[in-house]
Amino acid sequence: MAAREMTCKELVELITDYLEGALPLAERARFEAHLGRCDGCTNYLDQMRRTIALSGRLTEESIAPRAQEELLDVFQDWKKGRQP
Amino acid sequence: MSVPPHPPDDPSATIQPGAAPPGVTGVVASATDLQTVEALRRGDEAAFVRLVEAYQASMLRLAMLFVQDRAVAEEVVQEAWVGVLRGLDRFEGRSSLKTWIFRILTNGAKTRGQREGRSVPFSLLGDVVLDLEGPSVEPERFLPADHPKEPHHWVSFPRSWDGIPEERLLAQETLSTVRAAIESLPPAQREVITLRDVEGWSSGEVCNVLGISESNQRVLLHRARSKVRRALERYFDEEE
Repeated sequence: MAAREMTCKELVELITDYLEGALPLAERARFEAHLGRCDGCTNYLDQMRRTIALSGRLTEESIAPRAQEELLDVFQDWKKGRQP
Repeated sequence: MSVPPHPPDDPSATIQPGAAPPGVTGVVASATDLQTVEALRRGDEAAFVRLVEAYQASMLRLAMLFVQDRAVAEEVVQEAWVGVLRGLDRFEGRSSLKTWIFRILTNGAKTRGQREGRSVPFSLLGDVVLDLEGPSVEPERFLPADHPKEPHHWVSFPRSWDGIPEERLLAQETLSTVRAAIESLPPAQREVITLRDVEGWSSGEVCNVLGISESNQRVLLHRARSKVRRALERYFDEEE
């Protein structure tokens, strides 16, 4: 017996589980079967993928050199404190 | 200067052996981790500098999820490093070095954040809170359940973003939209999406550091990503 068809409304809630590989096999099959015939959900999945990629592009903060120097002092202090 | 407690001294922060399935990144210390710890114990400054370079920026970003002020966040990070150094002799390799360092950081940052009234502790954010949230996509975008032909299908399809030129897609303004959307998320969702999608951590690492289950992590991540997507969609549609 064929499993009940997945709806678009269901699919959008399962996308993260799908991308994380956390969907049970049968659910995954229903998910992919729906995607195969729904351009709306294909677009939606693509939008989610691009959203994830864009989050990954948020600028890297570089360490202020001052902070790094202070940390070296912290390290030296700690080292001195350890010596017998 | 107040120093956050080391995980081994704090039972709630201790990683239980076997708490996560084997093979999940961040669960136990690697050979490299143990070498680094050995080098630090010997007082090897270069090893310390490498560690700082690898984690400092992420630590600062993570700290800023808990405390508002950048200067306070920097202080929290510095205190975490002191905590790491003082705790070295007690590091037993039951978690990865990265997980251990970030646990020290989050413990300190949470304490500080709570004092400032900023963050809700994770333990208070159970499934109840998660269930109170609405669906990922506005319900009116789907046909009603009693629609004769296509119940719960799109009223009109989400647009393909393929046609958006690269320079627009990656423009500063687009990235600002993403940043603003992330900043407006509830704390737990903000923490999870920052670590997973901004920092690129594995789900195992995130669960270990934040002390949440894999399934809770996925729910939080899903809520967060769905809202950021929605913000982007609004932004791209507005510009048409």
